[in-house]
Amino acid sequence: MEGSASMSIYWITALGTSAACFLFKYLGHCVPESWLAHPRVQRINLLIPVALLSALVAIQAFTDKTRIIVDHRMAGVSFAVAAFIAKLPFPVAVFGAAIVSALVYRFN
Amino acid sequence: MSVKRDSLSLSFAVGVYGAAFGAASVAAHFSVLQTCAISLLTFSGASQFALVGVVGAGGGAFSAIATGALLGTRNGLYAVRLAPLLNVRGAKRIIAAHMTIDESTGIALAQANEKDARTGFWWTGFGVFIFWNLFTLLGALSAGLLKDPAAFGLDALVPAAFVGLVWPRLTNKKSIYLAALAFIFALALALFVPAGVPIIATSLLAILMGWKGPRA
Repeated sequence: MEGSASMSIYWITALGTSAACFLFKYLGHCVPESWLAHPRVQRINLLIPVALLSALVAIQAFTDKTRIIVDHRMAGVSFAVAAFIAKLPFPVAVFGAAIVSALVYRFN
Repeated sequence: MSVKRDSLSLSFAVGVYGAAFGAASVAAHFSVLQTCAISLLTFSGASQFALVGVVGAGGGAFSAIATGALLGTRNGLYAVRLAPLLNVRGAKRIIAAHMTIDESTGIALAQANEKDARTGFWWTGFGVFIFWNLFTLLGALSAGLLKDPAAFGLDALVPAAFVGLVWPRLTNKKSIYLAALAFIFALALALFVPAGVPIIATSLLAILMGWKGPRA
C-alpha cells in the first residue's frame, strides 16, 4: 500500500495536467487570431512536440531512475520503429512492441 | 455526408489508442478511476502519455504537469485557427475548447467549405471523445488484471506510443535533427537530474531551433 503523500501525486498531476491543457485550449478560442500569427511562434509550436516526444522515447525506453540501460524495452521500441517505417497502423505497432518486449523479458 | 463518415472512421481508429493509454496509465500506478479522469478531463493523447510516463519514471508533480502542459500548447494554437470558423460563445465555447485536439482540427481544416469544416470538427471531436474514453476504460481494466506489467510488455508500450506520436512530425531535416538532438540531450541529462526535468529541458532546444527562419 502506498502512503497518502505518494497517492496524492496521481490526483495532483491528473487534475493539474487537465487544467493546464484545458486552459491552453480555451485561451486559444478567446484571443484574436493575429496574436499568435508570428511565424516564430508557429515554428516553435511545431518543434516543441518533436523535442518533447523524442526525449520521452529516450527516457522511457533507455533509462531506469538515473541510469542508462538497454533491456527488453529496446526490442519493443525497435519493433515499433520498424512498424512505423513499414507504415503499419498505430495499434499494431504499439501492441506489437509490447508483445516483442514481453517475449524478450520472458526468455532473457 | 462523407465528412461524417471520415470523422467517424478517424474517431474509431484514434479512439483505439485509448486502450494503450489506459494500460500504460495503470502500469504507471494510476488507478482505473484516475486513468479515466485523465482521459475525460485532459483529452489530449500526447499530454496524457507524457503525464503517466513522467510519473511512472519517478518524476515529480511539477515535471509531469509541465511536460503535459507543454505538449498541450499546440491545442491552443489550433484553437486560435478554429475560433473564427466555429464562432461560438459561452457553454458551447467551453465544449469546443475541450474538443480542440489534433484530429478534430485536422479534419476541420481539410474541408473545402466552412459548413463541412464545422461538421467535421464536431463529429470528430465528439467521436474521438467517446471512443477514446471507452477504450481507455477497457485498457485500464485489462491492465489492472496483470500482476507484472513488464511481463506483458506494458513498459515498452509507452515509448512505442511516443515513437508513433513523433513519427508523423518528422517531416523535414530540421525536425529529424531536433529529434536526434533531443533524444541524446535527454539521455545525457538523465544521468544528473531527476526524471522529468530532462524532458522539459529539451523544449529549449525546440525554441533555439525554431527562433531562426527556414534559412538556418
